[in-house]
Amino acid sequence: MADDSQLLQTPLHGWHVAHGGRMVDFAGWSMPVQYSSIVEEHQATRKAAGLFDISHMGRLIIDGPDAQRFLDSLLTRRIDDMTPGQVRYSLVCNETGGVLDDILVYQIQLPEGGLSGYGLVVNASNRTKIISWLNQRRGDFDVGIDDKTTEYAMISIQGPRAIEVLDGICDHELTSLRYYFGVMTRVAAFRSFVSRTGYTGEDGCEIICDAADAGIIWTRLIERAEPLGGGPVGLAARDTLRLEAGMPLYGHELSEQINPVQADVSFAVNLRNREFIGREAIVKAQKDDQQSVRVGLQLEGKRPAREGAVILHGDEPVGAVTSGTFSPTFERPIAMGFVKQTAAAPGTPLAVDIRGQHHPAQVVPLPFYQRGK
Amino acid sequence: MKPEDLHYAKTHEWVSVAEVGGQKIATVGISAFAVEALTDLVFIELPKVGAQAEAEQPFCEVESVKAVSDVYAPVTGEVIEVNTTLPDKLEILSTDPYTEGWIAKIRITDDSNLGNLLDFAAYEKQCAEEGH
Repeated sequence: MADDSQLLQTPLHGWHVAHGGRMVDFAGWSMPVQYSSIVEEHQATRKAAGLFDISHMGRLIIDGPDAQRFLDSLLTRRIDDMTPGQVRYSLVCNETGGVLDDILVYQIQLPEGGLSGYGLVVNASNRTKIISWLNQRRGDFDVGIDDKTTEYAMISIQGPRAIEVLDGICDHELTSLRYYFGVMTRVAAFRSFVSRTGYTGEDGCEIICDAADAGIIWTRLIERAEPLGGGPVGLAARDTLRLEAGMPLYGHELSEQINPVQADVSFAVNLRNREFIGREAIVKAQKDDQQSVRVGLQLEGKRPAREGAVILHGDEPVGAVTSGTFSPTFERPIAMGFVKQTAAAPGTPLAVDIRGQHHPAQVVPLPFYQRGK
Repeated sequence: MKPEDLHYAKTHEWVSVAEVGGQKIATVGISAFAVEALTDLVFIELPKVGAQAEAEQPFCEVESVKAVSDVYAPVTGEVIEVNTTLPDKLEILSTDPYTEGWIAKIRITDDSNLGNLLDFAAYEKQCAEEGH
């Protein structure tokens, strides 16, 4: 592990260390991988409310007269039809259709009126790459590109009781906040942007606040969540939760070598009546029946398949695992990977080579986990 | 077995050596410190009876929710018995790592590395330094 002192720290770093967080180097940030047990933190999120420090994610502000046209030329989903407060999941692709990052775009509406611009939340590992990509392509667009990552903190609260926990200390009445919308409000009396978004398959919210206010907001949320069986959750359980929810993770199911069609995120691509970087390649990829595609796998037995494990159809290698774990919810191993299209139909019996042994597996529809509506 | 009476490898395996019929038999497991550090164990791949174990080389694997980890043989010899109840009752490793949670018995064929093992006090010191 890198010397912890060389790593970036979130405003909650001191809290994590003081509360037994096992700190690891994650994309150059010192982050808690777990506090107690991964399974306990996972279940606390599924049953009550999990709290995640996601301040390491990049937060950028794109503003200026051309902000909307500029982003529309780069993002796979259109933003010209977004309404104030709306949040949209989108991709940034290169010319060959490879994914540079998957991001959230926020149309920011400040209470004092006037539309000031767009917020982008990008993966920590891609922050500098995306900033330079945006700068390289600003051309004649009249836009501002500001990295606000260290000025703000970001906290995610996820789970069936997440809204209840947050509602009590939020000025906005959250039950009326629609999924994938956000609002400027106050949390624990501090100015915050609260959106109904998340990455666990649960209902919940993400809070962006000033770095200086994060400690108090976090502590108040913990105090409210713990009596309900909730609590802080580290990166390890964040990963098992997102995998159960069938969500792709950058560097695993998404990369510059993988296009959105094969990653099965075509819902995040809008091709109609618009141009953006990568469009042509994506149209081409739609017709490619030779490229491998993302699938979900359920394994027999107890042994998890990890990233890189070869997937077999009969004796023929047909792909590889990109994410694999033991599912705390289903108490069996689950995985995602890419396989040839001939082996991708749900129900197809496959095998995964785990350290030389072939373990039976079956293609299953994604997501593995879906919360009750 | 009491943890105070055992010896330990730097890689967190414990060892108890007994003389049986003129042969040295090592009983091997993983320490409570290691089990706690791994957390959320879900699978163990036991060594095969009859397999040759070599000191400081992997001879067994445990999987947690998060990752796979090697268990290193603390002694050199032949695996003569494995704890077949473990794969279905992995929680024993947490509840009773030093008695019911033994992993394998190894008939020592080369005892030259036994002197490298740590006693309880030295091992506790190492764990304290590694911290949590």
